[in-house]
Amino acid sequence: MADEALFLLLHSELVACVYKSPEQGEAENGRCITKLENMGFRVGQGLIERFTKDTARFKDELDIMKFICKDFWTTVFKKQIDNLRTNHQGIYVLQDNKFRLLTQISAGKQYLEHAPKYLAFTCGLIRGGLSNLGIKSIVTAEVSTMPACKFQVMIQKM
Amino acid sequence: MSRQSNRGTESKKMNSELFTLTYGALVTQLCKDYENDEDVNKQLDKMGYNIGVRLIEDFLARSNVGRCHDFRETADVIAKVAFKMYLGITPSITNWSAAGDEFSLILENNPLVDFVELPDNHSSLIYSNLLCGVLRGALEMVQMAVDVKFIQDTLKGDSVTEIRMRFIRRIEDNLPAGEE
Repeated sequence: MADEALFLLLHSELVACVYKSPEQGEAENGRCITKLENMGFRVGQGLIERFTKDTARFKDELDIMKFICKDFWTTVFKKQIDNLRTNHQGIYVLQDNKFRLLTQISAGKQYLEHAPKYLAFTCGLIRGGLSNLGIKSIVTAEVSTMPACKFQVMIQKM
Repeated sequence: MSRQSNRGTESKKMNSELFTLTYGALVTQLCKDYENDEDVNKQLDKMGYNIGVRLIEDFLARSNVGRCHDFRETADVIAKVAFKMYLGITPSITNWSAAGDEFSLILENNPLVDFVELPDNHSSLIYSNLLCGVLRGALEMVQMAVDVKFIQDTLKGDSVTEIRMRFIRRIEDNLPAGEE
């Protein structure tokens, strides 16, 4: 679908815009990641609300996670999560073998260090979605070989 | 069952909502980062420009549109092909200037502002200014310098959204020195 291109470009502008400040270093990087994450959070909240308005009530936490991996991911990234694992104690690992927001910078290892910037928004997206389904969580991401990446969701018991 | 059958259109709509919401989050963030609306407008235009110069490649690759012979043809392509393709709307083209170098795009409904209301303290914010940048950037890549601005906006109480485009000049290719 054509307007996917628009979203991809907007997302990369988003990252560039947040990272344009001349300051650098660990603290500044953290601030940027937080900003991107917060933007994703808002979007995730809005999206899940509209997306679930006609779906049946979820059975349990796992059911919700499956929904995120299948329907939610397909809508946003045009594919499903490739692998979902859980320790049944509140930790879920979502693996995407060809993450859409990384594919364009994935030739070679040149940009590996920049990968986290391109994952922060999506971490927020997941956290925002879950939050509106009543699950409080912490979402982090890791990359070893691009474009594959893993999102770790830690459920916070309320 | 009915859910299955309309999945296609549903997911298409969802995808445009993803864009709309992401754009909203961006504008919100910019409003926090910058002190006045003019700076936000400028930043949105700049980001739009960056998107435009890259989007044009995607557009040309996908649309099979050939070279435009005059500005009227360009206007047609923008409204009927480009807007349709990326935002799913077809603005109407009106208000041509006598010289044929200026026209307006009228957007009945602007998908960018689907969930938006402008608060009172942001009266000079041009919310959709990204679009101007996109158009300017994209046309620059096909050797056309244009001036693009919003002159009506539904967010500000107008009945339609109107984008005014003015052709400035053809950009000649600057050949590197010594390669005449």
